[in-house]
Amino acid sequence: MSASLLSASHLSVHFGGVLAVDDVSFDVRQGEVFTLIGPNGAGKTTVFNLISRIYTPTGGDIAFDGKPLLGVAPHEVAALGIARTFQNIELFEHASVLQNLLIGRHRHRVNPLWREVFFTPSVRAAERATREKVEQVIDFLDLQHYRDSLVAGLPYGVRKVVELARALASEPRLLLLDEPSSGLNVEETGDMAFWIQDIQADLGITVLMVEHDMSLVSKVSDRVLAMNQGKVLALGTPAEVQADPGVIEAYLGTAGDAASLRRVKAAKV
Amino acid sequence: MRFIFKTSYDQDIDLAKHGGHRFWYSLLLALLVAAPWIVAEYWLSQLSFILIYGIVGLGLMLLAGFTGLFSLGHAAFLGVGAYTEAVLAVKGWPFPLSMACAMALSASVGVIVGLPALRVKGIYLGIATLAFGFIVEEVLARWESVTGGNAGLSVKGAAVFGWSLASSEAFYWLCLALAVLATLAVLNLLRSPTGRAFVAIRDSEISAQSMGIHLARYKSLSFAISAALAGLGGALYAHKISFLSPDQFNIVQSIDLLLLVVIGGLGSVHGAFLGAIFLIVMPQLIALGKDFLPAVIGQAAGLQAVVYGGVLILFVLLEPMGLYGRWLKVRTWLQLVPFYRKGLFKRQKSFQKSDRVK
Repeated sequence: MSASLLSASHLSVHFGGVLAVDDVSFDVRQGEVFTLIGPNGAGKTTVFNLISRIYTPTGGDIAFDGKPLLGVAPHEVAALGIARTFQNIELFEHASVLQNLLIGRHRHRVNPLWREVFFTPSVRAAERATREKVEQVIDFLDLQHYRDSLVAGLPYGVRKVVELARALASEPRLLLLDEPSSGLNVEETGDMAFWIQDIQADLGITVLMVEHDMSLVSKVSDRVLAMNQGKVLALGTPAEVQADPGVIEAYLGTAGDAASLRRVKAAKV
Repeated sequence: MRFIFKTSYDQDIDLAKHGGHRFWYSLLLALLVAAPWIVAEYWLSQLSFILIYGIVGLGLMLLAGFTGLFSLGHAAFLGVGAYTEAVLAVKGWPFPLSMACAMALSASVGVIVGLPALRVKGIYLGIATLAFGFIVEEVLARWESVTGGNAGLSVKGAAVFGWSLASSEAFYWLCLALAVLATLAVLNLLRSPTGRAFVAIRDSEISAQSMGIHLARYKSLSFAISAALAGLGGALYAHKISFLSPDQFNIVQSIDLLLLVVIGGLGSVHGAFLGAIFLIVMPQLIALGKDFLPAVIGQAAGLQAVVYGGVLILFVLLEPMGLYGRWLKVRTWLQLVPFYRKGLFKRQKSFQKSDRVK
């Protein structure tokens, strides 16, 4: 629980004049659920995109499992054992749920192209093994009912789970969840919380997530990092972060200023 | 109505999902093998053309239907294959060798054309491939020492070590064998990780990348395989048509090929062959229909183009999934009658599905 799996030190990135992430440092420890919170535009998703190498930071460093991550091409991140979901679901729409999960195991492909063209016994064996692993994920997340349905026809809540399943199918060591509960109803959010706990406890996968739903955050997170306008506000257990005056100020305005409190509340409705 | 009870993963991996598939495809293959004894010489020749266009269509289907990269210059690959074959056949190379060269040359040209595909998408890729098509057509016309320029190039019959494949039966069987092999190869690719990677790139590049798919490599691969199949089709085309000129590989041919995959049904292997049947049979039907129409319409120039355009518009409006989509509906109707519902194929969210959709 103590060794750090992912460490970001002094990360900065700017897009033109906008400083999206400003000198952010944190460590994600092996086996924990680490959550990034913060108001909209705080730079949480940008941090995600830095880790999955979609963006390159203008300053700072990221290390995964002790090795520098910034020299790695975007498609090689998966091979290291980092899987992610997206804020606005990015599934393969015109494929079945099963096919989506099979694609999730792409990093485990073993056969060269010519063997696939002839579909040699070794390709068949690999396909069987792939399918077995995928079925384990389907069992884990109760997706049996949707196995052969096209993603395009599935309700939002199920798609969210399918995306989680696809990430799990790659057998990651670090799972990046970008707002796992957005768009889910109360019951589905509850299920998501159970699954995140199971992923941590049963599969031993380290989870780094971005989340707005504070009840979910405090239920599953070991540690929380609060960000605002690209900067780190607070880091600690969910209770510590929620009590941090800087965090309260970022979300609600200054505690003493009742007028600004009302204005923010009204804006939220 | 058939219910498939699945007891092993192999049932999902196998190409034939049930006994019905095995029976019908064996019957189709048997009929195709026996075709020279069944149909007249003229129709056998048309059947060869369908198989050749089917092979080219397979390639374009893999590229456009499964990888989501549209090529408006596919006739160029066909041309590269055809001219390579023609030139090597004159030099006396045996057919398998010259065919392999035609495929390899087409594939390497495909990789080069695929380079812009790594940077541009959609309509811009269309423009890039279109420009490439014009370049190749121009090269074929100007490189007179090799291609014979606009005067054309006649092609010797196919031969393997002195054994001629020039007779129309032998050549038909050659086309059939290569079409079957190409189809099997494409089907095998599609059920293995490479094919799934293509589909992933088609549906969402960003998540394909985060699944560990090397976008540049797989896009180039798709272009290469697609161009190789077009080159194979081109090699057969050269022998079949026995006279090549650059204008056979112009923009009209490219659009015909695109028409083939769209009308056949994007994203289905069946669609490549259904589209090829459409492409070859339609002009014949129009020619037959001419005699029954009043002379003003029947003898008018450009009748074929008008009918083609009309059919394409109707397909896009009424049956975006093409001939294969239509066939799926007919098949489902046959399986379910009298319980078939009209709304069965209506695109809607499954959670909204109810009996009320009529």
